[in-house]
Amino acid sequence: MKLPIYLDYAATTPVDPRVAQKMSECLLAEGNFGNPASRSHKYGWEAEEAVELARRQVADLINADPREIVWTSGATESDNLAIKGVAHFYKTKGKHLITSKIEHKAVLDSFGHLEREGFEVTYLSPGSDGIVTPEQVDEAIREDTLLVSIMHVNNEIGVINDIAAIGEVCRAKKVIFHVDAAQSSGKIDIDLEAMKVDLMSFSAHKMCGPKGVGALYVRRKPRVRLEAQMHGGGHERGMRSGTLATHQLVGMGECFRIAQEEMHVEQERIGKLRERLWLGLQDIEEIYINGSVDKRLPGFLNVSFNFVEGESLIMSLSDLAVSSGSACTSASLEPSYVLRALGLSDEMAHSSLRFSVGRFTDEADVDYALDKIHQAVNKLRELSPLWGMFKDGVDLDSIERATH
Amino acid sequence: MACSDKVVDHYDNARIVGKMDNKDDSVGTCMVGAPACGDVMRLQIKVTAAGIIEDAKFKTYGCGSAMAFSSMLAEWVKGRRLDEAASIKNAEIAVELALPPVKIHCSGLAEDATKAAVKDFREKHAADVPAGV
Repeated sequence: MKLPIYLDYAATTPVDPRVAQKMSECLLAEGNFGNPASRSHKYGWEAEEAVELARRQVADLINADPREIVWTSGATESDNLAIKGVAHFYKTKGKHLITSKIEHKAVLDSFGHLEREGFEVTYLSPGSDGIVTPEQVDEAIREDTLLVSIMHVNNEIGVINDIAAIGEVCRAKKVIFHVDAAQSSGKIDIDLEAMKVDLMSFSAHKMCGPKGVGALYVRRKPRVRLEAQMHGGGHERGMRSGTLATHQLVGMGECFRIAQEEMHVEQERIGKLRERLWLGLQDIEEIYINGSVDKRLPGFLNVSFNFVEGESLIMSLSDLAVSSGSACTSASLEPSYVLRALGLSDEMAHSSLRFSVGRFTDEADVDYALDKIHQAVNKLRELSPLWGMFKDGVDLDSIERATH
Repeated sequence: MACSDKVVDHYDNARIVGKMDNKDDSVGTCMVGAPACGDVMRLQIKVTAAGIIEDAKFKTYGCGSAMAFSSMLAEWVKGRRLDEAASIKNAEIAVELALPPVKIHCSGLAEDATKAAVKDFREKHAADVPAGV
C-alpha cells in the first residue's frame, strides 16, 4: 500500500503501464519520433499511421467517425475551442448562449470571456441533486440562441446529466449542443451516432492516460463549423494548428482502446469499492451525500461531515489524498461554487470531502481510509464547539456571536 | 498546502481542549466567528480574584491554522492579567506560527476571542474587578 492512499481519481489518474509502454515507443531515435505531417519520408508516414490509429481508437469508443476527432492539448482547450469557436463563427446569427452554473471553470471562464465581448449568457441552476434537466434547457432557448453547453458528469459530485434528452431538445430547436465529457469518457457509454450532440470535449488524464492531451468531437452530419483558436500550419482540417505529438496521441488512443474493452467490468468493481467506503461510514452521525445518489458515476463519493471543517479534516487525513469543497483549500477562500449552487449552506460546503476511487484502488485502500476517517472525524468533533452544542441539543442558529 | 511545523504540532497535539462551566462566576466565555465563514472558536478563561487568568480552554471549528491559533492562544493567556490578555495583537501570533498571508485572517479570530472572553468576564463582575486590572 503506497501512502498517502490515492482517492482523488477525479483530479487526475496515474498512467496505465500499457499506455506508458505505447508512448515510450514514440520518443527515441529508434522509435516512432517523426513529425506526422512530414509527407516526404518514412518517419513521417509511420508517425501519421500511429496517429490515425489512435484517432480511430478514440472514435470507436464513442461511435463517431475518425474525421470528427480534433486533437487538442486537453479538455480545457477543447472547451475553449468549442465554445469560443462556435460563438465567433456564428455570431451574425445570434448572441445568446446557455450553460449551467456548475460547469468546469474551462467552460465558465470561456463564457465569461464571451460575455465581455457582448454575448448574453444564461446560467442554468441545477436542482439540489446537481442535475440540469432538458426542460430547463428547453425553456431557456430563445430565437437568438447559438449554443448550449452542459457537462456530462460533474467533476465535484460525479452526477450524470441526461445529455441524450438535452440533445433532442437542442436539435429540435436547431441550437448547437456542446458537452464536456472529461469525467465521463471511459466510464459510461457514449454513442454519438445515437445522441444528438454536436461537440464533445475529452481528456486523457482522467482515464489513465497522459496529461496534456485531449480531443474535441466535431460533428459532420449535420455539419458544425467553428473558428479556430490556434492558428498556424492548418492541422486538423484547419481547426487546430500545431504539430501533432505522436506519443501523446498514441497514449490517448491506447487508453480509449483499454476503456473499450474493460470499461464495464472496471466500473462494476469500482462501484463496489465506493459502496464499501460509503457503508463503512454509516456509523458516523450527521454525514450527507452531496448530489444525486442514483444518477452518479460509480467512482464518486462527495460527503459532508457536519460540524467538522474540510481543511482541518484533510490535515487530519494526511495518509489519504482527497479533496474538499472547503474555502481553505481553494485559492479564492470561497467554498465550492458547485456545492453552493446545489443549495448547500456554506458550513456544509466547508465540511465536504470528495472521494474518487479508480483503476488501481483496492479493498485494503478503502479499509485503511475508513479507519483514518473515523479517527479524524471523532478527534475533530471533540475539538468542535458546534458538535458539542449539537450534542447538548442547543439550537445553533440561535447563538449570538461576536463578529470578526 | 504546506503548513509550518508549529501549526502541525499545535494541530496534532492540541492543548487545552475542553469546556468549563460558564455559569461559574470565575469563568469568562465567548464564541466568535460563524460557520458560514468556516471558523468558529469558543474560548473560556478562568480568572482568579486578583484578575489573573489561571486556566483557559478552547474548542474550534475551522481549518488547521485556525485550530493551531486557538491552541497557541489558550496556552498564551494562561498566567496573564486580564488587561494583558485583552491587548493581544493577532500579528504576534501570526509571526509565532509562521503563517502565510492567506491565513492571517484566522489570527483575527483569535484576537477577537480573547477580547470577547475578557469582556464577558468583566461584565459578570462589573462591580468587583479591582482597579487597574
